[in-house]
Amino acid sequence: MTNATTPTIAVLGAGHVGPAIARLALEAGHSVAIAASGNPGDLALVTELLIPGAEPLWTVDAIGKADIVVLAMPLHRFLRMDPNALSEKLVIDAMNYWPPTDGRLPPPFGDEGIGTSEVVAGRLQDATVVKTLNHVGYHELETYARPSGSVDRRALGVAGDDLDAVKTVGAFVDRIGYDAVPVGPLSAGRVLQPGGPVFGAVLRREDFERAVHNHSGEQKAFGLAEQHYGRSA
Amino acid sequence: MIDQPVNSAAAGGKETAFPLVLGLDTFGDRTNTANGQPLSHAQTIRNVVEEGALAEQVGVDFFGIGEHHTDYFPMPAGDVVLASIAARTKRIHLGSAVTVLSSDDPVRVFQRYSTLNALSNGRAEVILGRGSSIESFPLFGYDLAEYEQLFEEKTALFAELLEGGPVTWHGTTRPALRDQDVVPHLEDGRRLPTWVGVGGSPQSVIRAARLGFSLMLAIIGGRPARFAPFADLFQQALANFGRLPLPVGVHGPGHVAPTDEQAREEFWPHWRELIKLVAVERGFAIPTEESFAYETGPQGALYVGSPETVAQKIATNLRTLRATRFDLKYGAGGLPHETLMTNIELYGHQVIPRVRELMKE
Repeated sequence: MTNATTPTIAVLGAGHVGPAIARLALEAGHSVAIAASGNPGDLALVTELLIPGAEPLWTVDAIGKADIVVLAMPLHRFLRMDPNALSEKLVIDAMNYWPPTDGRLPPPFGDEGIGTSEVVAGRLQDATVVKTLNHVGYHELETYARPSGSVDRRALGVAGDDLDAVKTVGAFVDRIGYDAVPVGPLSAGRVLQPGGPVFGAVLRREDFERAVHNHSGEQKAFGLAEQHYGRSA
Repeated sequence: MIDQPVNSAAAGGKETAFPLVLGLDTFGDRTNTANGQPLSHAQTIRNVVEEGALAEQVGVDFFGIGEHHTDYFPMPAGDVVLASIAARTKRIHLGSAVTVLSSDDPVRVFQRYSTLNALSNGRAEVILGRGSSIESFPLFGYDLAEYEQLFEEKTALFAELLEGGPVTWHGTTRPALRDQDVVPHLEDGRRLPTWVGVGGSPQSVIRAARLGFSLMLAIIGGRPARFAPFADLFQQALANFGRLPLPVGVHGPGHVAPTDEQAREEFWPHWRELIKLVAVERGFAIPTEESFAYETGPQGALYVGSPETVAQKIATNLRTLRATRFDLKYGAGGLPHETLMTNIELYGHQVIPRVRELMKE
């Protein structure tokens, strides 16, 4: 299952985002398993026609054979999942907490000062969590993917506490068509969230870095005001 | 007219073909006067009635109104507006685009559109979905986190209501029904043509097939061609559920003016403002001149240009997506009513005949 250069990928979620990530991974030469909340038989037709080459499996089997597991389900579904299933795994959190679209979740989601991927990592104590692939729209993810070195290549931010994991995920991001830009530990991944400076934007590396940099400058300058008045969103 | 398959001689009688349908959709985008002052909600609504009446005069097949509840789309009761258009027209089909069924009662939706069907002599249709708007959920006390269950249950009940007989149903999202006769009945055993608007979720495509609804692909950004496998998925899923083929349609935003340049100039500032407005809640990227050039170009999702440019793009995408229906979502917050009327006239008089010609080739 494990190959030093092309890790096996499991994509959990077969809605808007999951198939797009799965197709990019297949094109990049990865072996890909896909799982949704139900029976893999229900996914067979979707896989055959929309994600040819991927293998529909039960969630537990998809995780079992994967080197990298991509969480691409709605957050409220993730909360119903057994966290032990992801024990010891390298996990990409591509999910967002986005109340206007998906509804509200109980705290600590929405709390000041804690990123949603930190909450996810808190539930997955035995896993290594890296945040990326969450801030570009599913309909743009495939449109903008470009081979390494292309002049109009775009960037994806990568956040994580484990440097080796960030490196491995960064290499995956690069293979599927984006410049990987580390933005810091998981707590810094808040810059990739809804309402942040790069959410919904598909930027070239220099524009991405400038947006993140300007934002962190503002955060420092206005941090006191923000604490005082609360978040405007 | 739309969801009944006909055997096409052109297809050698082997495949099932559907008639080509070319329509218009609006969200009741709040319009401005020519000098940029916003019109009242009431005047915007009266203008939509004029636009619907003009659509029939210039030969448009379908006029759809999408449910919204905002200051920039003051259009929560599209069925009432459609009834007014029905009174002024004879031929054009009228429907929702879309009805946000999850925050409505399927029985009431059926009643309103079967009433519209009576008033219009059989011209009513329904497109069910969520659109990408969610403002009706808090307004009517629904939890977005339960979206999936609401839509699953309510579409299933709507499918039962379409059968026309007394309905027995129970679920968790509305009170149970027992041998309930739901009126008004449709005439002559007809059915309300019903579609499901899908934005990119494969599970939604399969649900539409399972319940026997036609498929409307809402493509508002990126390459339309990437939706082609959805048409195959839909037809294959219909076959697996033992159903006959059903048509696939495409909904796409755009603007038609006499020249490409004029169309882009008129549309761009309003499109940018509109997307800015909705970007925060929907996670859209703010359009740039570069992204606008891409979206209005041959690969993109916007149908903005001269009649020839827009007709070519529609025909190309209908072929690529194996679709037989296209609904142009016209207007974008603030574009004046007069400009929209020109858009409708060009669409009916020039785009539609040209698309028909191109599709025969």
